Amino acid sequence: MKSYALFQKDINSELRTRYAVNSLAMFVIVAISVILFSIGNEKISENLTGGLYWVVIFFSAMSGLARAFVSEEERGTTLTLQLIASPSTVFTGKLIFNLILVFAMNSVITLLYAALFDEFVIKNFLLFFITFVVGNIGLAVSSTVIAAIIAKAGSKGTLYPVLSFPILLPLILTSVQLTLFAMDGTRFGEAIFELAIIVCYDIIMISASYMLFDFIWKD
Amino acid sequence: MSNYSVRADALLKTFGRRLIFNNLSFEFKKNGIFGIAGANGSGKSTLIKIIAGLISPTRGSIIHTNEGKVIDSEHLHNYIGFVSPYLILYDEFTAWENLSYFAKIRGVKFDEERIKFLFYRFSLQTRKDDYVKAYSSGMKQRLKFIFALMHKPVLLIFDEPTSNLDDEGKAVVYEMIKEEGGKNIVIVASNEKTDISLCPEIIVLENYKE
Amino acid sequence: MWWKIGLFLLISFVSVAGIAFPIVEKPSAWYEFPIIVGLEENAKIIFFHVPTAWLTVIAFFMTAFYGVKFLRKRNLDDDAKSYAAAQLGMVFCILATITGAVWAKFAWGSFWSWDPRQTSIFALLLIYGAWFALRSAIESEDKKASLSAVYAIIAFITVPFFIFIMPRLMTGLHPGSADDTTAGPVINFKMNSNMLLIFFLSLAAFTILYFWIWNIGYKSIIYKDKINKLLTRG
Repeated sequence: MKSYALFQKDINSELRTRYAVNSLAMFVIVAISVILFSIGNEKISENLTGGLYWVVIFFSAMSGLARAFVSEEERGTTLTLQLIASPSTVFTGKLIFNLILVFAMNSVITLLYAALFDEFVIKNFLLFFITFVVGNIGLAVSSTVIAAIIAKAGSKGTLYPVLSFPILLPLILTSVQLTLFAMDGTRFGEAIFELAIIVCYDIIMISASYMLFDFIWKD
Repeated sequence: MSNYSVRADALLKTFGRRLIFNNLSFEFKKNGIFGIAGANGSGKSTLIKIIAGLISPTRGSIIHTNEGKVIDSEHLHNYIGFVSPYLILYDEFTAWENLSYFAKIRGVKFDEERIKFLFYRFSLQTRKDDYVKAYSSGMKQRLKFIFALMHKPVLLIFDEPTSNLDDEGKAVVYEMIKEEGGKNIVIVASNEKTDISLCPEIIVLENYKE
Repeated sequence: MWWKIGLFLLISFVSVAGIAFPIVEKPSAWYEFPIIVGLEENAKIIFFHVPTAWLTVIAFFMTAFYGVKFLRKRNLDDDAKSYAAAQLGMVFCILATITGAVWAKFAWGSFWSWDPRQTSIFALLLIYGAWFALRSAIESEDKKASLSAVYAIIAFITVPFFIFIMPRLMTGLHPGSADDTTAGPVINFKMNSNMLLIFFLSLAAFTILYFWIWNIGYKSIIYKDKINKLLTRG
């Protein structure tokens, strides 16, 4: 409940300042058009489409998700938050905010992508949907905890993708694989191993983030 | 009178390998005004942050108890009211919105009557629906006191309480400190002689450097 | 003193043995290695490449381990230990990557082919790089220590995922991989006992060397900190 109130505060603040949403939306459009321009009239393979889909998602996430903590640190309101909420409340609130942002962003990316790339055809829709959900949760959790680290490190943009990439690599590799499965129409049973990997990744990252967040949050 | 106590045992704090203070012990009980004095950079802000549980001491412990029960760090923030020059409220919200979000995030009831009274007391009642970004620094300082007092804390921590305030503001703050000191624990960290003269008991940080 | 001389002799012996001992069809003398079909002389990399890769992992584990210790005790000496381990880890990681890539050129025909272990060492390289980038971005020593400790721990727990998913995502070319027989030019990696002996001697020698350098490394970091502190105090 307390973290929900923090989330409401962030949403309202976002609606007034448009700190993350505007740049995020533009970034998605820029990233997809760069890919479209570089492809030109070439026919690209299905495998490549599935991979590029996650490239767009990764870089869009890197452009917007640091906001949750960096904006507090930039304005100096971190101390205020420390005074009114426990670390776990703060982390949950910020995580909800980033989850909503990731789901909204990736839904838009998926729709645009499906509309603009003829090769992006999903045959096993249920598998794709589950991949989308568990993949987004993992993405949101890892990028939230890394955002907390870089906000405290006092460095704004450049460090974020550098720190996030190795942590997100297992998630992205597995998600790309699952997306390709969904495009090939692989049956559910054959993809269960990869799905289990992502679910484990989500659970381990959530537990580790909650345990370690205290150390990041208190200086 | 509150039944709150703060006890510090042999606190040691270093930044990197630099010593800030060492072997600092004290106990604040029930009520009273306690001062922390020291030159700039002597560690006043560090010490009050440690008391407020915002940073941990390198060694030693700080224990808060209420009604004989030890308060764990998850809930400590609801017992404390804190004012500091580093405290910044959200610019994009009005003063009133700021406070109502804070109450919700704290998980305590938003006591409108009390807040209105506090706005009145710090002479901000006509500006309560203005955006904080439109506030002057003196008004922001007054708003911080409303923020610190809104949830009826039993431990009040004021770092340089009178910075940016005019004479009228200072008078209100001194009166409030004396009044709160009668029932709760008030800790004042400051260099101002008038601030420190309010405090019967004073910790001088220069004495804890070895 | 004696153990240092012993270590010197051990490393000298391993280097000479690893490079100079002949590979023959039917090993009879104690100094002869058997032919491994497909690898031949290339097999000798194992005495040098595998220890560097092994120490990359050991150093990474120690970086995370002393990170945990620092977070628990807040003792900057643990941070120095973590830092010294990571510095060595980075060096061994680069060595493992380069020796591996050069070897791969001769054994597999290309420097890089995204074999699971190549991908994993690349991920480790990225993690080490990110870890140093994070440290250099932070001014305050305490923050530097605690944030890099947290990052090392988070990075460390992602490692098992590589071990599980890599073999599913790409075919292995490394000698000894699970799908060794199906892909790649080489396989059936059988060492005879004297080859195994040299291999483990080499592993032990490199590991002792690592701990020795690490010991000197972290102590020098601690002394440097203390001298800096004295200097700034005037």
